[in-house]
Amino acid sequence: MKDVTFGQYYPTKSFVHNMDARVKLLLTIAYIVAVFLVQSFHFLGFVACLLFLIVATVLAKVPILKMLKSIKVIIFFIVFSAVLQIFFNNNGTLLAEWWIFKITDIGLLNAGFIAARITLIILGASLLTFTTSPVELADGIESLLYPLKWIKFPVHEFALIMSIALRFIPTLLDETDRIIKAQKARGADFESGNIFKRAKALIPVLIPLLISSFRRADELADAMDARCYAGSKNRTKYKKMKLSYRDLLGTILMAGLITGVIFLNKFYIVLAVVV
Amino acid sequence: MFVKAENLSYVYGSGRLSFRALNNINLQIDEGEFYGIIGHTGSGKSTFIQHINGLIKVEKNYGKLTVGEFDLTDKKCDFKKLRSKVGMVFQYPEYQLFAETVFDDIAFGLKNFCPEMKEEERLVAVKEAMESVGLNYEKYKDVSPFDLSGGQKRRVAIAGVIVTKPEVLILDEPVAGLDPEGKRDFTALLHTLKSKFVKTIIIVSHDMDFVAENCTKVAVFSHGEIIAEGTPKQVFAKEEVQNSGLGLPLTSFVTDQLKEAGIDIDCDLTTSDFIEKVAETLQERGDRA
Amino acid sequence: MPLAKLENVTFSYDKKINVIKDVSLQIEKGEYVAVIGKNGSGKSTLAKLLNALLIPDKGSVTVDEYSSANKKQLFEIRKRVGVVFQNPDNQIVASIVEDDVAFGPENLGIPRKEIGERIDYALNAVGMQEYRHSSPMHLSGGQKQRIAIAGVLALKPEILVLDESTAMLDPKGRKEVLDTVRELNAVHGVTVITITHYMDEILDADRVIVMQNGKIAMEGTPRRIFSEKEKIKKLGLELPLAMRISEELISRGLPLKEGILTREDLAEELCSLKRKI
Repeated sequence: MKDVTFGQYYPTKSFVHNMDARVKLLLTIAYIVAVFLVQSFHFLGFVACLLFLIVATVLAKVPILKMLKSIKVIIFFIVFSAVLQIFFNNNGTLLAEWWIFKITDIGLLNAGFIAARITLIILGASLLTFTTSPVELADGIESLLYPLKWIKFPVHEFALIMSIALRFIPTLLDETDRIIKAQKARGADFESGNIFKRAKALIPVLIPLLISSFRRADELADAMDARCYAGSKNRTKYKKMKLSYRDLLGTILMAGLITGVIFLNKFYIVLAVVV
Repeated sequence: MFVKAENLSYVYGSGRLSFRALNNINLQIDEGEFYGIIGHTGSGKSTFIQHINGLIKVEKNYGKLTVGEFDLTDKKCDFKKLRSKVGMVFQYPEYQLFAETVFDDIAFGLKNFCPEMKEEERLVAVKEAMESVGLNYEKYKDVSPFDLSGGQKRRVAIAGVIVTKPEVLILDEPVAGLDPEGKRDFTALLHTLKSKFVKTIIIVSHDMDFVAENCTKVAVFSHGEIIAEGTPKQVFAKEEVQNSGLGLPLTSFVTDQLKEAGIDIDCDLTTSDFIEKVAETLQERGDRA
Repeated sequence: MPLAKLENVTFSYDKKINVIKDVSLQIEKGEYVAVIGKNGSGKSTLAKLLNALLIPDKGSVTVDEYSSANKKQLFEIRKRVGVVFQNPDNQIVASIVEDDVAFGPENLGIPRKEIGERIDYALNAVGMQEYRHSSPMHLSGGQKQRIAIAGVLALKPEILVLDESTAMLDPKGRKEVLDTVRELNAVHGVTVITITHYMDEILDADRVIVMQNGKIAMEGTPRRIFSEKEKIKKLGLELPLAMRISEELISRGLPLKEGILTREDLAEELCSLKRKI
């Protein structure tokens, strides 16, 4: 539980940390688009995305290990999606068969493809949260969503809720860990039995967790009120967002990546035609 | 049941980000002790107590831990059975309550550890547990635990641990957040439990006066190691402990000061013994003068 | 003129049971006041009434010339009375120390440059300047609580209310926070109201207020309060350990002076007894 790092800020000073949060948000979206642009089986496109990610990680001075740990949380999800692809794809050459399941070459390729896609997206998104503090992130979102104010969307409140949610992830994980241990000490068993039994076993964890979240929310609301919080009205911001050469450079790199991916897609077609 | 740790170590994380929480701990806690564990946050004491009932497992080649007939280093160790013998009360235990009624919450452990137990037997066990923590069975069994006061919630949580009749009871800072009266009552409760219910109590505390008054033995943790171990008197006399910033019990502080002034008071650091010996020594001197 | 004033304040959460009953109280500038009492005696409610988180049903709370009855003046009061709560984890809003300290001044609409100066002031006052860019998650309990204090100090309050702010800390963390608060009181002239169960914090105060069932049961210097031993016991509170021991010794015939409160007093008195003998 302590190793969970997804969604946590990694405080240091780096090229990427110093970029404008708005630009980083937009670039992350662009990056996800780039990953999705990679067409089926054109793994070279993924290699380009990975290269971009490695460059960004090095520039961000985030330890590789920390990055990899962020996948750990959703490894189950990745494997699950990949397995679904393997078993429920009936196209392509049959490699093995068991009961209603068939494993085909295309199924395997699809599985690898899906796994690579999810992994790359999660890594990219983690890099954003590693290098952008929740407050900056919230400010960035607030600023990007600003036009929505015209349709009375509560932009500031939305952004604040997000940043507080992110701030409380580690706290609640610690709490969960503690409650699980307390119930284990009373003989609770979370590891055996079928899925329903396991789900039921979680009740003694979820209820205390829910109650404690309400308590925390209550206390936090008091603490915010006590510090004169009154919504976005007349509020100033200490951190000012400023564009710099870094943002320009990042944008250029991203433009390069997207062009590269599109080119590689085309290149495959050319390659395919030639072959 | 005794607890025996031999060269026990524990490391959180791995690689460069790792943190050595326990470093070659050697400690024996005998049956019948009221054992105090003190140390700053992060000194390894929480990691250690969580080892005792297997919430944290001993890693291979990281030492040996035995609790009574259980060898926790053994792969075949029955952790469920161990946990029914070694009860653990965490800090702010009222935050683990979840059931609709006080009865159900207390019976949770019973249902887990002894699923084949008959309904009547369960009733008796819950009743006994509630009464031993000072909660009236008829009055509270059908009440929602969330409608109780903080002190009562804590009692329910403790009843939920002792209901399986553990031989060893481990408590992490059990009086945190209670008012003076609550603390006094709770301390009395611990002694009742010790005399009637459990054989050994292991308690983590930040209150040195509490430790001096109640504990038969103490271990002092610092940076994953034990820097002192023995009776409160032996432990608080050690220079490492005096300089640790944990503070001293009043009785130890005053006897030290008196010693500097040339008066030797040989007491065991409980207030009653302190008063006895101080009165004796100083009166004698007065008589002589 | 007192800095803060409660006049005949009555308050209930549910309009049925009054948690605070007709309480009147004055806080003078620069004071160090301890509020004690059993859990549920109304101490925390008192803290929230003082900074207008709660508004009295009857009576009034005034800080400087501002009254919490006037909705437009709520923020004038909250600016002047900062509260630090028990659990440091539940009052830190941001994931970077300086962002969290900036939260209060941002709410007040203070210009950027001045917020920077206030962060400097607040972090220096609690001795946490070097952690300015760190994440509070990785700090110890005592350090987190100092950050919470800094977050309140950035509003430049005249009164700092500590609502059991040391209850969840270990001895080291508690000492850090207490040293910080004492310095704020002595050097920066911040008025301190501390709600606590810890005897050493009570004995350190200029004035002690004892609450019982929503009323002020006793008020005075620690020495005066603890001289009424029977009353203190009846209120479910305890006497300082040094006092209990010295009484016992007196009853055994040792000629000790009355009113020993601290362990230092006790040690000194016993040593001087030896000299006399």
